[in-house]
Amino acid sequence: MSLEKIEPIKKVSIIISKGSLDGIYPGLILANGARMEGIEATLFFTFFGLDAVIDKRMDKIKVATVGNPGMHIPTWIGGIPGISALASSMMKKEMDKIDIPPVREFIEMCSDAGAELYACKATVDMFHLKKEDFCKQIKEIITVGEFYEKSAGAQIIFT
Amino acid sequence: MSTEEIAGKMIEFDADGHMVNAKDWDETIAEELAKREGIETLTERHWKVINFMRKVFQEKGDAPSIRKLNKESGVDTKELYSLFPQGPAKKAAKIAGLPKPKGCV
Repeated sequence: MSLEKIEPIKKVSIIISKGSLDGIYPGLILANGARMEGIEATLFFTFFGLDAVIDKRMDKIKVATVGNPGMHIPTWIGGIPGISALASSMMKKEMDKIDIPPVREFIEMCSDAGAELYACKATVDMFHLKKEDFCKQIKEIITVGEFYEKSAGAQIIFT
Repeated sequence: MSTEEIAGKMIEFDADGHMVNAKDWDETIAEELAKREGIETLTERHWKVINFMRKVFQEKGDAPSIRKLNKESGVDTKELYSLFPQGPAKKAAKIAGLPKPKGCV
């Protein structure tokens, strides 16, 4: 039997495709955590995940209170105006206690830590967005082909 | 677990290479541990991070993670990564004679 050495992970390529608080944070935690371990990290924002890096939207990210069984509240309550904002502000307070920063600060942290951030061209075109609509940490708007090129040798994680 | 002699002291290390007893640490040991991490000389900026980490550890019993370092140590994320390449929080904790930070961020 060959004794294969288990190689540690050297590079991760993380796709963030959802625009809710709970859709965005896992990818950011994974990317920042990778850099903290000396692992290379690339972040690719697509579809509603783009909200995390759109300058005007990134400070208004909310948790979904409707159609989210994990919230443990009846859907009709989740639909009352203001409930999502209330739940989001409560969650943000709890996160701050354990040193999880707001989205904008987290994006800056990932970028300063050396992670590379990209936006997906197909969705950018579909939503009629421009490079100027994004925070300055977005390096480039790239195609899926370029995403695969940049992910060479990486583990791809879809969130 | 392993024990090694550094600067005339017997130092105990855990499986990740962090010192087991933060009390055994001194500045000479830090310099030796830094060399093992590929950092030849500890500058005043390195010391700023190391001393901040030890202070937080004494107060809270856990080494600070990267966000706390960025916000409170006076050394920002970019510089932290250039001072301690390949994982600043972990590496600085190691040199400071502390266990690996428990925080995720």
